[in-house]
Amino acid sequence: MSGYSDPGFDTLALHAGAAPDPATGARAVPIHLTTSFVFESSDHAAALFNLERAGHVYSRISNPTNAVFEQRMAALEGGIGAIATASGQAALHLSVATLMGAGSHIVASTALYGGSQNLLHYTMRRFGIETTFVKPGDIDGWRAAVRPNTKLFFGETVGNPGLDVLDIPTVSQIAHEAGVPLLVDSTLTTPYLIKPFELGADLVYHSATKFLSGHGTVIGGVVVDAGSFDWEKSGRFPELTEAYAGFHNMVFSEESTVGAFLLRARREGLRDFGACLSPHSAWLILQGIETLSLRMDRHMGNTEKVVQFLASHPLVSRVGHPLLESHPSHALAGKLLRFGAKGAGSVFSFDIKGSREQGKAFIEALKIFSHLANVGDCRSLVIHPASTTHFRMSDEALAAGGIGPGTIRLSIGLEDADDLIDDLKRALKAAEKAGA
Amino acid sequence: MIINVNGAPTYCYTGGKPFDAAKPTVVFIHGVLNDHSVWILQSRYLAHHGWNVLAVDLPGHCKSEGEAPASVEAAADFVAALLDAAGVQKAALVGHSWGSLIALEAAARLKDRVSHLVLVGVAYPMKVSPALIEASLNEPEKALKMVNVFSRSTLAAPPSALGPGTWVYGASMALGRRVLRSNSAVNVFYRGFVACDTYTGGEAAMAQVTCPVLFLLGGQDQMTQPKAAQGLISAARAKGLRVLVTSVPVGHHQMTEAPEETLVAMRSFLAT
Repeated sequence: MSGYSDPGFDTLALHAGAAPDPATGARAVPIHLTTSFVFESSDHAAALFNLERAGHVYSRISNPTNAVFEQRMAALEGGIGAIATASGQAALHLSVATLMGAGSHIVASTALYGGSQNLLHYTMRRFGIETTFVKPGDIDGWRAAVRPNTKLFFGETVGNPGLDVLDIPTVSQIAHEAGVPLLVDSTLTTPYLIKPFELGADLVYHSATKFLSGHGTVIGGVVVDAGSFDWEKSGRFPELTEAYAGFHNMVFSEESTVGAFLLRARREGLRDFGACLSPHSAWLILQGIETLSLRMDRHMGNTEKVVQFLASHPLVSRVGHPLLESHPSHALAGKLLRFGAKGAGSVFSFDIKGSREQGKAFIEALKIFSHLANVGDCRSLVIHPASTTHFRMSDEALAAGGIGPGTIRLSIGLEDADDLIDDLKRALKAAEKAGA
Repeated sequence: MIINVNGAPTYCYTGGKPFDAAKPTVVFIHGVLNDHSVWILQSRYLAHHGWNVLAVDLPGHCKSEGEAPASVEAAADFVAALLDAAGVQKAALVGHSWGSLIALEAAARLKDRVSHLVLVGVAYPMKVSPALIEASLNEPEKALKMVNVFSRSTLAAPPSALGPGTWVYGASMALGRRVLRSNSAVNVFYRGFVACDTYTGGEAAMAQVTCPVLFLLGGQDQMTQPKAAQGLISAARAKGLRVLVTSVPVGHHQMTEAPEETLVAMRSFLAT
């Protein structure tokens, strides 16, 4: 493509990072299934290892197919670059491990995916990194949680499980006043529904397993850097601003004024922790990204119809989607999301008036919705937390976590909306009978 | 490293190697709203291959203090002062865009103290559209976007300054914002563009140059189109200088859109 002309979202989703393969003419992105890349000479090898020349050495560190995925995500997010990882969890871990070590502290939203909550609350604590959890809307709480050793603020654009919209402009301002960056998980929103960097976030990561790939076929992740955070000015990140003995005594913030985080994350984190993405997985995710906007439009349209149906059903006591004026994030969603509250994603929960048994009856009566532990598939998905992921918890403990015995989580897919609504109608009738 | 130039701390990236004035020196000079980091690949390579590298942040830009130069001539004086402060008797000068005019003017003043002159993305005159100059003053974000739209030639750059996975357009935007923020007293975007636009000494400067000259041009460069360098090329040839003209098939950011071709051309030229 000759002559850059500031392309729009869909053009970038199809073309960013990729051109026809110069060796073969292949138009689609080739899958480079190779562990390693031949050096032109000993000098070329040494220069690649020393970051004097740019290129690929070993696919744990970088790979041409993965690089297309990385460039494309950076383009869609408006960042400077990205790193593909083995999963969304690996992207979160890579971000944390690049920025801090034992003795550090994170301030995080309480409204997180369970896996992220586990990583921060249990696993990272075992490695000396503590996290203070703050309700996403508790602005004073974010400010009060800052400690001298705080290195990161972290939240989800639209939080689990209640779709609390993170006030990124306000929270990022507090983070920056404290001299730390804001990392957000934008898995449920994708770059199509929100642009976290434009709102003040510094780092964004995704579980590419979900809407980016979109077909429930692959596990992957990616972290994108806005290049906006000034690590030197902050003074809290010697990992990025002082010589690193583990890589030629490189001072990453001198090598790149805006890209120190990515340099260290790739040269240390991918190298040493090794949670790299398979090129085949990168290719599958790229297939999904090419149709991201088309799918997200359909996800949103279907979700709106399902939310309206559930909100008017007599057996439903609550629908947790910002589309409804009763939702606490209704106004904030309208302000921050590209399509307003409609764009708050297609993963949400609702409560059936009734017992756990009625919840189970509902699930078992569904024919189109698949009962499984994933979201963001092109197929509609459902899970009943009280009988699956949270089945060991008492009703009281569930309530403390914002989950009722009849809470159902849906991930709305791309099927015909009328068929989805018929499926839900049938299942709600079964739940009603189970309570009779 | 920090060198005190004209009483102001001045940052120079040395390519990951200690400064050694005994080696031949190459000075890299960046363009408007850039800093040393645009040269990372080329400067780091040369630093590890026998050269003493000084990739400078111009005064008032990013890590360097001092008054941001308001003209090409003032910036050329700074380059001369930098060599003196660093104890460098002779150096190769490499400049990109505005930096190429600064390198040219400095080479004219320093004469035999300059061993090679590399002009990357050069044009003379380097006129800047009134709309862009006005936007750089009043709507810098809009102007930054315009510059990047004109500067970039591809949506699929090869592995670049941050390695594979770099989105060079986004990297340029982020760097421009950072450089602009680094100087709260002066809009270095506007000042740099005015300095380019008002420079009238190009042909006279070339007449004073005594060293070989490499013109490294972007075949798809819309900011400084190759045809706009022809006057300087002719002037250099008329002076009897050894002149090399190399075109790389990219836009205005030769160092990041074609890092390998740029390095190879530069390395070959500097070796002679």
